[in-house]
Amino acid sequence: MKCLRMVGLVIGAAFCAAQANSEELTGTLKKIKETGAITIGYRDSSIPFSYLDDNQKPIGFAIDICLAIVDAVKKDLKLDKLAVEFNPVTSSTRIPLLANGTIDLECGSTTNNADRLKQVAFTNTHFLTATRFVSKKSSKLGSIEDLKGKSVASTSGTTNIKQLTEANAARSLGINIIPAKEHAESFLMVETDRAVAAVLDDVLLASFVAGSKDPGAYVISTDAFSKPEPYGIMLRKDDPDFKKVVDAATAALYQSADGQKLYDKWFMQKIPPKGLNLNTPIGAELKHEFSKPSDSPDPDSYKAM
Amino acid sequence: MFANFDFDVIRRSLGYLFFDGMTFTLTLTGLGALGGLIFGTLIALMRLSGYRLLGRIAGLYVDLMRSLPLVLVIFWFYFLVPYIGQWVTGSSRPIRVGAFTSSLVTFILFEAAYFSEIMRAGIQSISKGQPAAASALGLTYAQSMRYVVLPQAFRNMLPVLLTQTIVLFQDTSLVYVLSIPDFLGAASKVAQRDGRLVEMYLFAAVVYFAISCFASFGVRRLQARIAIVR
Amino acid sequence: MNYHWNWSIFFEPAPNGTGTYLDMLLSGLLLTIETSLCAWIIALVFGAVVGVMRTLPSKAASRIGFAYVEFFRNMPLLVQLFIWFFVLPEIVPQDWGLWLKQMPHAPFYTAVIGIGLFMSARVAEQTRAGVNSLPRGQKMAATALGLTTAQTYRYVLLPMAFRIIMPPLTSEFLSTIKNTSVAITIGLIELTGEARAMQEFSFQVFEAFTGATVLYLLINIVVVVAMRFLERSIAIPGYITGK
Repeated sequence: MKCLRMVGLVIGAAFCAAQANSEELTGTLKKIKETGAITIGYRDSSIPFSYLDDNQKPIGFAIDICLAIVDAVKKDLKLDKLAVEFNPVTSSTRIPLLANGTIDLECGSTTNNADRLKQVAFTNTHFLTATRFVSKKSSKLGSIEDLKGKSVASTSGTTNIKQLTEANAARSLGINIIPAKEHAESFLMVETDRAVAAVLDDVLLASFVAGSKDPGAYVISTDAFSKPEPYGIMLRKDDPDFKKVVDAATAALYQSADGQKLYDKWFMQKIPPKGLNLNTPIGAELKHEFSKPSDSPDPDSYKAM
Repeated sequence: MFANFDFDVIRRSLGYLFFDGMTFTLTLTGLGALGGLIFGTLIALMRLSGYRLLGRIAGLYVDLMRSLPLVLVIFWFYFLVPYIGQWVTGSSRPIRVGAFTSSLVTFILFEAAYFSEIMRAGIQSISKGQPAAASALGLTYAQSMRYVVLPQAFRNMLPVLLTQTIVLFQDTSLVYVLSIPDFLGAASKVAQRDGRLVEMYLFAAVVYFAISCFASFGVRRLQARIAIVR
Repeated sequence: MNYHWNWSIFFEPAPNGTGTYLDMLLSGLLLTIETSLCAWIIALVFGAVVGVMRTLPSKAASRIGFAYVEFFRNMPLLVQLFIWFFVLPEIVPQDWGLWLKQMPHAPFYTAVIGIGLFMSARVAEQTRAGVNSLPRGQKMAATALGLTTAQTYRYVLLPMAFRIIMPPLTSEFLSTIKNTSVAITIGLIELTGEARAMQEFSFQVFEAFTGATVLYLLINIVVVVAMRFLERSIAIPGYITGK
């Protein structure tokens, strides 16, 4: 056993030395340089962060941020050409697909929390949102307690469904949780009366309501399952060099005027495919975060000063 | 009954459904069947090789694959294939495998278990005299398999192999669970974006039904023709 | 491979508050078994009736049987489940649709009916093959004895046919068990669904799927062994499968 470990150490050391000698690059940067390609994981229906337009091309606030990151990576590696590939992910597949190298950047609406940091890394926060539920006004549901014994939809693999599951157990609500594959499907469960409510991040709920056939028929709860939590672009863990480039790129973007402009493009103007305007001015907390970018998973660290 | 429905959503997404979705589905079906047949034939040959260990391994593989639901296997491989690639190539990091390649590997490895059982039955249906005659003529084992046994086994089993390919065609729809845009995946993306589940799923059902029906009709015709020749 | 293995994850508490992750998987296993048994009953009943129809002298009955089998065989199971779950409630009168959608355990009932009918087409094919495999003389002898068609099937043909098709029926039952996993797409959290949930909550992908794989292998072994005993005890003397 000891002998084996020694051999392992020697091989490992030799390997590291070889790597250090040939070039300085490590991890994802090395991979991008060698393959000349970077793969972005996108979502089907995280509006307006990452979703498909009328031509089924991935677009959104987070996609634009990622394209800025790609430019920075290209500059950093002094590449003439960098192919950008897109791979669809769901809430349930994004973490394993990032770990196994299928995607290099996950650009969507992924909550940065301490639990996930054990598996992945996040760059600077690009939004803050709390878990709430949407229901039809006609069903008159105000608080989380009102969901007792009812059917409630949420997207599998999200922090939302985890918080719902935990609240369900802790407060013994007896909620029948219906897991959906995509956020759009969760909302459709409410629209078609299959579930009385859908539990998601409130920003996503707001965009689904605004885009629905009858926006006036829905109400988003004031009662929340969580504090406003940070969204981040997800990266592989233990890849400090890549994270440094990505952090620098996002910090530069958020601190410049382009950051606010990009925000306005997706939250204050008409967005494809339906020409919807979400009309959500930037919050004081996010504005403060943009001026002092942070990748902290702690909701309490995002206080507007 | 259909008053509230908007069948125009189908017309608007036809290009996406067929150029992207159906192309993905048909390519996956075609290459999956081809790869599955080749790998399946190898497994069948291993099982019939007479080497205990080789036969045992092949048998275990077939039993394992046939015990597991395809949905679980699809999840397994989507997450595992890059690591397998890393192990095979001795690379320092997992190999990037796209959605299509990963699904293709999954279907080849999964369907091989089913194709191998068909080919095994096909090989066993050839009378013992044939390989005996081949070896009397001085053909090696490989030659007798290549020129005498396998062509006949393949021909006899062609209808069954094609029927299994139709099953494969339907099974490819399960990549939906990974949000990959195959035909059904594409239909569901449009359906969920526009809130038009009824129209899109009915349309998908009609398309799958028409293609499968047409194909199984063709297989029946072929079966009748082959039956006469024999 | 920079993956952090943690096999003790099975004994750690799951966030649903009902026990460990292993308990989660086991409750999924139970739901898989319940769903597949209920679906199998539907498959056997409908499959037997349709299969018999296809062997009847009546042209009309045979055609209906043919249409039934083609209908359920030529659509992917996933699409059929979507039709039952998403489409059906929208095209029936509104109150019925609402009732269907708000029924507790709707995914379970939908899965049972959807998978049951899908499998019934395959059971029908086996039944037809079984009846057709019997020598013509059996039917003729029954008619000569003055038995009606119904009696011929009840006392002569079906008892023989079902004993002959036991082995293929076993594999159709195994397919039914495997097919229940397709129902995760309509929100049924059976074994594969619980494994996926465990992966999402604990991030231990490969442990979760290994757990599910082992449990599926166990069900298979149990079914195969049980059916082998059954097959042996009901095998027809004189046939290859007989003693």
